[in-house]
Amino acid sequence: MTQEPQGVRDAGASSVSGGEPLVRFEGVTKRFGDVVAVDDLSLSIRAGEFFALLGPSGCGKTTLMRMLAGFEHPDEGRILLDGVDLVGVPAYRRPTNMMFQSYALFPHISVADNIAYGLKQQGGARDEIAARVAELLALVKLDGMGARRPDQLSGGQRQRVALARALARRPKVLLLDEPLGALDRKLREETQYELMRLQRTSGMTFLVVTHDQDEAMVMADRIAVMRKGRLAQVAPPQEIYEKPANRYVAEFVGDVNLFDGFARGVADGVVEVETGEAGTLALALDGAAPSHGAPLSLAVRPEKIDLTREQPATQNRLRGEITEIGYLGDFTMLKARVPGRAAPIEVALANRDRRLRQPYAPGETVWMSWSADAAVLLGEDAP
Amino acid sequence: MTALRRALVAAPPMLWLGLFFLLPFLIVLKISLSHAALAIPPYAPHWSGLDSWREFLAALGVENYRTLAEDGLYLTAYLSSLRLAATATALTLLIGFPLAYAIARAPRGWRPLLVVAVVLPFWTSFLIRVYAWIAILRPEGVLDSILMALDVTSAPLNLLNTQTAVLIGMVYSYLPFMVLPLYASLERLDRTLVEAAQDLGASAWRAFWTVTVPLAKPGIWAGVFLVLIPSIGEFVIPDLLGGSDTLMVGKVLWTEFFSNRDWPLASAVAVVMLVILVGPILIFQRVARMERAR
Repeated sequence: MTQEPQGVRDAGASSVSGGEPLVRFEGVTKRFGDVVAVDDLSLSIRAGEFFALLGPSGCGKTTLMRMLAGFEHPDEGRILLDGVDLVGVPAYRRPTNMMFQSYALFPHISVADNIAYGLKQQGGARDEIAARVAELLALVKLDGMGARRPDQLSGGQRQRVALARALARRPKVLLLDEPLGALDRKLREETQYELMRLQRTSGMTFLVVTHDQDEAMVMADRIAVMRKGRLAQVAPPQEIYEKPANRYVAEFVGDVNLFDGFARGVADGVVEVETGEAGTLALALDGAAPSHGAPLSLAVRPEKIDLTREQPATQNRLRGEITEIGYLGDFTMLKARVPGRAAPIEVALANRDRRLRQPYAPGETVWMSWSADAAVLLGEDAP
Repeated sequence: MTALRRALVAAPPMLWLGLFFLLPFLIVLKISLSHAALAIPPYAPHWSGLDSWREFLAALGVENYRTLAEDGLYLTAYLSSLRLAATATALTLLIGFPLAYAIARAPRGWRPLLVVAVVLPFWTSFLIRVYAWIAILRPEGVLDSILMALDVTSAPLNLLNTQTAVLIGMVYSYLPFMVLPLYASLERLDRTLVEAAQDLGASAWRAFWTVTVPLAKPGIWAGVFLVLIPSIGEFVIPDLLGGSDTLMVGKVLWTEFFSNRDWPLASAVAVVMLVILVGPILIFQRVARMERAR
């Protein structure tokens, strides 16, 4: 599973949200001195899509967004918006608007004037602008706050002013740079759903940059996981999680247990994988079968592993000793050491019952097992 | 208890101001109400104890102020000072803003060096620097030689002893007072605000006027008053560079005091100048308070 079949699968997913490509990055490269921030990257974002760029800091996601906004200019490649090449178009002439991570509200003018700023640049009648500002204030539930100054608002209110200001000109693409980063957890969850509702009702295309996988998973129709200026995978959230294209994506999004080995026999869509540390594991194939003897990696998510005290009948089973138990309320995370394997196996147990009959304890020896289709075959990491 | 502590905290600066500002000012005020006399010191009356306070008060009068009002020379000097100071301030702002902006936008490591470069002239004597301008501006001086060698001009510009020379001298001398407060407010300015303005459809020029300038206002005000106030009373620069062509109140004051030995009239000139300066200072404080209240 390299980048190529990934792209094919990507096209297949278009039936989920539909629509034409609105934004196209074509072979875009951006360097800062010796650092390549974005490396020959091509990506399409469809009209009406809620699209997330996900990756650790320094992966180039912010640079990519800033190039679309017009604050940075690609060294190579093209950026098309609605079929128009944006290279050479200054930021203030682009039909995009950004909600800045720091919000960047103008501190010297009122909330209403902040929201009206973009409208005034367009020109237009004063009463039309006032009406639009009132409409936006109502949309972000800040009616009656228009006369205040940004520093008289709470963090959550400031975030909503920034959102209203960015929406005011009805951009073709709304750019959101870490939109929830500065909010506390409770507010972040609420705002997350508000943004999704807003995107659905407006039909506007949203491009969000985030380092927070939960944020991207919840909100986005599709996610581009980025690494070192390149795309590691572009897919809907469920696919990113359940069918990570490579080791990098599997490890970046959620927790995962990885096994390395060699392909042995393929029968009935199930490949036998010879791993030194965990014996022979069975893996149900989604795509093409690997050739005999090929090295491969497979991933198993912690919540897909069953924990038992008695030896299970499945082929994929490991015996280990519990070393750590972390209680999270909804889940309990356990780590177990398996003889001959360096990394512990992580298991997530859903706490479906209020009382556990026989809770596990550190030091206890248990069996871990999973079905053949719980594991996923990983492609090679891009260099 | 807290009132006492507050009074104690306020006491040293109050004492300082009383001793070194209020008391000298009262002495000058008193001299301005006296009349000139052939004596040492050259005015009368003198305070000679509580017994004769009636005579002392009776001898004081406002005739010096009447002279100031009636003789057109003084009014002209004040107006000319204000005009020159205002022009110098405007020019300083015009030159200082781009300079401060450039320093604030320079790479972070460069900024301290550039700020030092702005302040560096202060390390030599003010007087020497003004003398240097004489050498530059005098006929056949440095400026003329260069311009004539480059065939820009064919005859000396005769800049020395003109108001232009005074303006050059004042703009040069006071530029750091404009650049430093401007730099302080421009350096703090969050650059993403300008990006936000451009993102919302403002050209670089519009963004500058609607975001950068309003946010630099505290620095602009501070710079304007730091330059304007000392320029109004400036003496050395008009005396050395302006010649007889330039009438400024600082020079008038000096002449009254040292050439005419009319201490009372000189004091009156000083008091009126102070009153003129208090106006802008009060405006400045008001503006500063308003900016803070935001």
